[in-house]
Amino acid sequence: MASSEEDGTNGASEASDEKEATGKRRRLGFLATAWLTFYNIAMTAGWLVLAIAMVRFYMEKGTHRGLYKSIQKTLKFFQTFALLEVVHCLIGIVPTSVLVTGVQVSSRIFMVWLITHSIKPIQNEESVVLFLVSWTVTEITRYSFYTFSLLDHLPHFIKWARYNFFIILYPVGVAGELLTIYAALPYVKKSGMFSVRLPNKYNVSFDYYYFLLITMASYIPLFPQLYFHMLRQRRKVLHGEVIVEKDD
Amino acid sequence: MKHYEVEIRDAKTREKLCFLDKVEPQATISEIKTLFTKTHPQWYPARQSLRLDPKGKSLKDEDVLQKLPVGTTATLYFRDLGAQISWVTVFLTEYAGPLFIYLLFYFRVPFIYGRKYDFTSSRHTVVHLACMCHSFHYIKRLLETLFVHRFSHGTMPLRNIFKNCTYYWGFAAWMAYYINHPLYTPPTYGVQQVKLALAIFVICQLGNFSIHMALRDLRPAGSKTRKIPYPTKNPFTWLFLLVSCPNYTYEVGSWIGFAIMTQCVPVALFSLVGFTQMTIWAKGKHRSYLKEFRDYPPLRMPIIPFLL
Repeated sequence: MASSEEDGTNGASEASDEKEATGKRRRLGFLATAWLTFYNIAMTAGWLVLAIAMVRFYMEKGTHRGLYKSIQKTLKFFQTFALLEVVHCLIGIVPTSVLVTGVQVSSRIFMVWLITHSIKPIQNEESVVLFLVSWTVTEITRYSFYTFSLLDHLPHFIKWARYNFFIILYPVGVAGELLTIYAALPYVKKSGMFSVRLPNKYNVSFDYYYFLLITMASYIPLFPQLYFHMLRQRRKVLHGEVIVEKDD
Repeated sequence: MKHYEVEIRDAKTREKLCFLDKVEPQATISEIKTLFTKTHPQWYPARQSLRLDPKGKSLKDEDVLQKLPVGTTATLYFRDLGAQISWVTVFLTEYAGPLFIYLLFYFRVPFIYGRKYDFTSSRHTVVHLACMCHSFHYIKRLLETLFVHRFSHGTMPLRNIFKNCTYYWGFAAWMAYYINHPLYTPPTYGVQQVKLALAIFVICQLGNFSIHMALRDLRPAGSKTRKIPYPTKNPFTWLFLLVSCPNYTYEVGSWIGFAIMTQCVPVALFSLVGFTQMTIWAKGKHRSYLKEFRDYPPLRMPIIPFLL
């Protein structure tokens, strides 16, 4: 799931979400706070630049063709930089689960590097614009939410946006990603890219085409779980509802 | 003799579920669980977690009512652990699967490799050897489950059987597919590589078995006592000097041997995943030992001597 709305399913991060929102937080060292503030400001700026570039391109050219090519360097830079978020969880300065963050960032890296970067014919598909718009709005909201939380000045609108935009953006983003992967399938099959065939001395094979099919199928169980988790978090944070979580 | 009254409440809703009067002071939690089942038959003892505090730790079956920090009217909080399945059942199922599945690929049963290969046999010795090793490994595990292991817990959550079987059966099929494939490529360094790998495998299987026997002898039948394991006369157990869980060390060793023998990436991946899981378990066990025993040998590491 490429949407980065997920903030961890464990109690600690749900609590931290609430804590972030109300300005109370675990005691972070000065260096950690300074770094995270810088990181979140930089990412907010990066995705803003992307958004503006996309709008300008469309205003100037009137078409989405060539849009991906024009913003790809910026996209790759900022999306790849997000790998640091896994490190933040690993060293404990962000109280989210490493696994959840890892899955999210990996799925974004997968889309950017293993689909749109590697399969050039699909770069002008409309579905690409669909997920790019979804990601951009989501990330600007998310990173500015974190920035303001770290600065202890969270405008209600940002909090509202963070917990409401996803309702539309998440399914839109997923649709864009799935349609893009689907469009890429014939090219993958024909070229046999990223695939390893038998016989070989390591006695393994890998078929990228079938891998993509399985990836698409995996959205079916994963997307509803993440979506409903965000809905539950939304109810908790915005409306203070006490949800009795199913214990494991 | 003063009798106790025991009130059982739901840990989440605090709702009163059951009231037991005239409970013996020497009654164990296990006996209380049995009494609770009488009023709520769907919650058999294995799926009950009773605790003194709704968010606290589960009480043990052996705990005696009189020795708990409660007055003569005790309130216990109940949490449903969900459907349970016995450890023995889970182990037997998860180990029988790979044994059987691997053989399906070894005998090249139809619909796997293409019609012209149905029921054919590989011309590589190492493929037959690998089948023997893999089968031996899982037969050993099944026999150990039935005759050697002494389990602390009777049951685990039911969903574990689906998770565990997917893991074992899935990897077994994946490995077996390549090793028994008509286009299988034998190891680069030939017979030497296979011989070395076989030696590692056999030594580690013997080692793993020795540790299982040593652990079994630590604990009398039917008891749940825990003691520090020490090396015995059997040289394979001398690894206890350096690690807390040599059974895991030997298990990883066996699979590394098998990976070298077959020179097959899926086997290497299976070894890696297994190693990761066993390291987590070993670290947990090591921590428990350190917590429980003041005089625990300081030289020992959890799973890899001196390193991990």
